[in-house]
Amino acid sequence: MAIEKKDIAKRIAKELKNGFYVNLGIGIPTLVANYVPKEIEVEFQSENGILGMGPFPIEGKEDADLINAGKQTITSLAGASFFDSAMSFAMIRGKHVNLTILGAMEVSENGDISNWKIPGKLVKGMGGAMDLVASAENIIVAMMHVNKKGYSKLLPKCNLPLTGLKCVKRIVTELAVIDITPQGFFLVEHAPGVSINEIKDATAGKLIIPNNVPEMQF
Amino acid sequence: MVNKTVKSVTKALDGINSGMTLMFGGFGLCGIPENSILELVRLGVSDLRCISNNAGVDNFGLGLLLQQKQIKTMIASYVGENAEFERQMLSGELEVILTPQGTIAEKCRAAQAGIPAFFTPAGFGTEVAEGKEIRLFHGKNYIMEEAYQADFAFVKAWKGDETGNLIFRGTARNFNPLMCGAAKITVAEVEELLPVGALDPNQVHIPGILVNRIFQGSGYEKRIEQRTIRNI
Repeated sequence: MAIEKKDIAKRIAKELKNGFYVNLGIGIPTLVANYVPKEIEVEFQSENGILGMGPFPIEGKEDADLINAGKQTITSLAGASFFDSAMSFAMIRGKHVNLTILGAMEVSENGDISNWKIPGKLVKGMGGAMDLVASAENIIVAMMHVNKKGYSKLLPKCNLPLTGLKCVKRIVTELAVIDITPQGFFLVEHAPGVSINEIKDATAGKLIIPNNVPEMQF
Repeated sequence: MVNKTVKSVTKALDGINSGMTLMFGGFGLCGIPENSILELVRLGVSDLRCISNNAGVDNFGLGLLLQQKQIKTMIASYVGENAEFERQMLSGELEVILTPQGTIAEKCRAAQAGIPAFFTPAGFGTEVAEGKEIRLFHGKNYIMEEAYQADFAFVKAWKGDETGNLIFRGTARNFNPLMCGAAKITVAEVEELLPVGALDPNQVHIPGILVNRIFQGSGYEKRIEQRTIRNI
């Protein structure tokens, strides 16, 4: 029995530290904003040009000039700022953003990530993902452990076209928390009700399993 | 003060020809130069090479130019919201150059600033780097990217004055300021065109020197792609 997508977001929210500037990708990462621990202050950056992004607007207050990178209507919080796209990526490439949380199609055991293209299918583009993964020092991937066909997304090597090399630090899935180490995937936590063997079976890359694997808390 | 105003969108687009390279500000449908795009549709110029972060939706924004098959090459970072785009790309009618978003921004800024090329880490080790010069700086690999060379830049601002000073609003700013002065001719359309002196110089985002023609836009739809509200 695996955990739900919102629980993945809740678990990732525990990685947030006071004072962090955070960029959230589309999908599960967006949900992380809902679970910021009350005792800390973080600011969310959206690469289309806002720092201090707030929640979705209440009905009737939608503003066409105020959207996130997923083109959804948003609000700005007190202390927010707007800027152009070059400034936005200066924040990203210049390592001023502390944490990047994004989705992935595949991650390899050395931290390579693929998340922008499936050959032979429609290619939608990389958006800001390549800029984010090329520079961020703290990248957490939020994704399902296996794809829709049941194949593992944690691989010895990525099969799909790459987005970036050796950049992912941690992966949180519905089954486990896994770190990327020089020796391979390292099992940090298992989800409630998920056995170590289930995680092992769902991980195609080399998985290091320590003697004691704590249960995921969220 | 140098007066940059033109009376109509038709005058603003004087000199446009088929086969030109055009820049368009905007992120999704947010902050796009709606009036200039509609005029390009009316003029029917074709074989355009378009630089824009996105390609509009089927019946709005650059999607309107795609419908009329006016675009030959599209340079963008994300093109996910457009079925006609997908059809033309898969059939090979449309050439698509997908480029990382931060790289597009910097290629515009470099063109604006007279910098012919720069090095970025984005895309190293991926197909984006194929055929490009790679350099090692402080132990990390970077790709050389060149500044864009464009004929016209079309931008949209919130307020502007007759000498071309511009102020943007919210996230409608995005690529618009970076494209000003990044092409041979920059055309700015604004929601509110004001007399010289009406804008506080402290608040100006783009100085008029980077704008060649400015006009009062009309009939802005400012469509929202993903209307999302809070449940309370």
